[in-house]
Amino acid sequence: MTERKLGRVHSIQSMGTLDGPGVRFVVFMQGCPLRCGCCHNPDTWDLDGGKEYSADELITRALRFREYFGEDGGITVSGGEPLLQTEFVKELFTLTHENGLNTCLDTSGCILNDKVRDLLTVCDRVLLDIKYTTDALYRENVGCSINTPLEFLDYLDQKGISTTLRQVIIPTKNDGDDNILALKSIARAHKVVDKVELLPFRKLCQIKYDNMGIKFPFSDIPEPTKELMARLEKILNS
Amino acid sequence: MKHANWNGFIGGVWQDEINVRDFIMRNYKPYEGDSSFLAGATPRTEALMKKLQGLFTLERQFGGVLDIDTSTVSSLASFSPGYLDKENEIIVGLQTNRPLKRSVNPFGGIRMVRQACEAYGYKLSPKVEEEFRFRTTHNEGVFRAYTDEMRAARKCHVITGLPDAYGRGRIIGDYRRVALYGVDRLIEEKKKDKALLAQSTFNTDEIRLNEELYQQIAFLGYMKEMAQMYGFDISKPAANAREAIQWTYFAYLGAIKEQNGAAMSLGRVSTFFDIYIERDIACGTLTEEGAQELMDDFVMKLRMARHLRTPEYNELFGGDPMWITEVVGGMAEDGRTLVTKSSYRMLNTLYTLGSSPEPNLTVLWSNSLPENFKKFCAKVSADTDSIQYENDDVMRPHYGDDYAIACCVSAMKVGKQMQFFGARCNLGKLLLIAINGGYDTSSAMPIGPQMPVMDGDKLDFDKVMERVEIYMAWLAKLYVNTMNIIHYMHDKYAYEKTQMALHDTYVDRFMAFGVAGLSVIADSLSAIKYANVVPVKNENGYIVDFKTTGDFPKFGNDDDRVDLIAKDITHRMIEELRKTPTYRNAIHTLSVLTITSNVMYGKNTGATPDGRPACAPFAPGANPMHNREENGALASLNSVAKISYDDCRDGISNTFSITPEALGRTEDERIDNLVHILDGYFAKKAHHINVNVLNRETLMKAYENPEAYPNLTIRVSGYAVNFNKLSREQQREVISRTFHETI
Repeated sequence: MTERKLGRVHSIQSMGTLDGPGVRFVVFMQGCPLRCGCCHNPDTWDLDGGKEYSADELITRALRFREYFGEDGGITVSGGEPLLQTEFVKELFTLTHENGLNTCLDTSGCILNDKVRDLLTVCDRVLLDIKYTTDALYRENVGCSINTPLEFLDYLDQKGISTTLRQVIIPTKNDGDDNILALKSIARAHKVVDKVELLPFRKLCQIKYDNMGIKFPFSDIPEPTKELMARLEKILNS
Repeated sequence: MKHANWNGFIGGVWQDEINVRDFIMRNYKPYEGDSSFLAGATPRTEALMKKLQGLFTLERQFGGVLDIDTSTVSSLASFSPGYLDKENEIIVGLQTNRPLKRSVNPFGGIRMVRQACEAYGYKLSPKVEEEFRFRTTHNEGVFRAYTDEMRAARKCHVITGLPDAYGRGRIIGDYRRVALYGVDRLIEEKKKDKALLAQSTFNTDEIRLNEELYQQIAFLGYMKEMAQMYGFDISKPAANAREAIQWTYFAYLGAIKEQNGAAMSLGRVSTFFDIYIERDIACGTLTEEGAQELMDDFVMKLRMARHLRTPEYNELFGGDPMWITEVVGGMAEDGRTLVTKSSYRMLNTLYTLGSSPEPNLTVLWSNSLPENFKKFCAKVSADTDSIQYENDDVMRPHYGDDYAIACCVSAMKVGKQMQFFGARCNLGKLLLIAINGGYDTSSAMPIGPQMPVMDGDKLDFDKVMERVEIYMAWLAKLYVNTMNIIHYMHDKYAYEKTQMALHDTYVDRFMAFGVAGLSVIADSLSAIKYANVVPVKNENGYIVDFKTTGDFPKFGNDDDRVDLIAKDITHRMIEELRKTPTYRNAIHTLSVLTITSNVMYGKNTGATPDGRPACAPFAPGANPMHNREENGALASLNSVAKISYDDCRDGISNTFSITPEALGRTEDERIDNLVHILDGYFAKKAHHINVNVLNRETLMKAYENPEAYPNLTIRVSGYAVNFNKLSREQQREVISRTFHETI
């Protein structure tokens, strides 16, 4: 066993209902290599920010909520980008399993190496954020290629890890019908994908950017309307 | 004993003695199915409700009171019959001769009646003034006996909201007894008890009880008279569902005509009604639609119940509440669920008649409740914000399976236990008085034991706790003595004859004390212990403010360092209270509940070491202080769940507001997640939760534009209110509370 590492954690949400099935304890890891224009949590970017926790500390806290989890709930690790702290997350998920709870990883899938593959052995579900469906949009708005996330998805498929695909719908960027159809075909090509969630782009985070003194790249883009979201949902589910 | 109207019921001891529980246990049909059997509102119901909505609007336009009869003192038979729509009503009976007209009830205190009349542009009639000139009211009795110190404690608001000028309430008659047995049988049993009592040695207790029995019997007679005026003979048992509901309602109506108690709760009637409804449906005389109509009409009547209050009273208990609390659900001691189809029908009135604060629908939650019912409740919560939940698994071991809730969170066995209501004391202020050595800076008056103001640059936790102990002991003794006077006088001058006639002759009594500002004192003590709290003195040498530097654990984050302080404070408080004996050997209980008085308590309390500025509202009930929760909703629930029900047997109120988005993406997810949250919270042995599923924006819009939201109902502290009936200040406080939202 290698030396136990501490994890850099941005924050903890004792009641997560949106990041995986059921009621979940959600750990938001600190640090992200991506700079998505729509990012809601710029305060999670800095790898040196946040607060340090041991996996033991986190599992102890999480277990205080196990009565609320029901059959489906459990622990989700989100971020930031949890793949930057794979060993720590693996340790936390291993402890989660030892305590009879399920694990869920919320990630962009932007890194795929042996450590990541090792982490995936203890993930019951992955929430994979496919930010766009073209490489051009990825390069323009995320700062990386679409290839790794797609390889990541192929790997999940190969390993049979239940997957939820998620995409933030950003008007003028990916709110076209063609994008939804492309997302749908990606989902269909991978049998592990049992759910696709479209999340509306939100701008409540403007204040975070202001406080950090940096520009919110998508500050001029409007939030999608309810009607638009409903229409895209319909295309997705037809 | 047998009666023709009991045909079809399974017999048992309930026939030979007054025992409604036995009747229910032998005859009710548990229901584990879903809500698909429910019927909607009929055109008749809709027309009636529309008429009632029109009256509600008118009442609002008239400043909250539609009309007052200033010359007729309220009693069971003092008003001629009144109707909402005589031709179309299925359940009848009003408090006065016209819908929403309020009566005067000066037995608790005539001054409050006089002021209330004046506040709404009326004048109490000289006739009533004359009648009460030679009559002692409860209020007068209390003030004759109050000591100087009691008056001072009341004046400086360290104890507030005491029922010393109005009816104490919080007593639940077993209104079902009238339906099951008919009034004649109840009179007969009371006469037997009286005859038995005649054989004992007569001293204070026996003499008082003997007079009470006389009054109970007399008022059962008036109840028959009242029903007769509406054309019903309630001397015999009810013969069908309509009569069972009507008889039960007459009993309740009699109680609210006689008493204007703060909380006039209904009890536990739905499953009782279900037995009659199922019998009628089985023999083909009633349809599902008809059953829902009966429930709807009954609930409409409950929504019309009114008492006349002063504006000052509304400041404490905002929204014109009656606390017509009806508990539904729960489990029987034999393991069956007490959920019946009529539990659904009762909750369904929130759809057939629209959401509403009254009756105060309270679901007794058990881990073993049928999943279908849990989901239905969660859906009703998400749709209407009109129901509250209390932990049946925590209460059943104490009260069995035929208990109900008085007011918000006060459990008692129906017809077998009652309580002496005692409002609450102000813990935030108690801390400040202790630090100042017996001086209340808000009212600028000395109070309690006199000692030096605490000195030193930094407050020392152990020294402060020593002081808190001294002052808590002082307050507890004063509080019990004050309550003893109040309830002695209430029994003497405003005894609840109708309600107590619907109790066993020998009842258990609770004396219900309360605390406000629990999170304020817990966070303040935590600040003193873990941060640096430097007192700031005024020119007279009293501490009026604090400079708090450094971080400290705050209640609401599942952090034992402070949560256990809160738990410890309630434990110490009840232990101190138990040291002083109570009137009529009542059992001391404690609640952590504020109603809306947390605003007023805050207003009368100086700055506290937790950083709360002077006059700022407290959090309601046992809630963490607004917006100090940093780890999400469940951490906040866990903190509250740590307060022990064994210490707070009169209830621990928590109000929880969450945005729909934060509960889940789809309606199904939101319902499932809410069920999980309730299951988890109650598995932690928590006692009570109000659930609001709504956005702060909705409340802000309703604040700006009340007319657009006439029926917006929200749960506050142990009850629900129509948002528009709250004062502006109370509305602002509700808006400022923590809303658990997505991040």
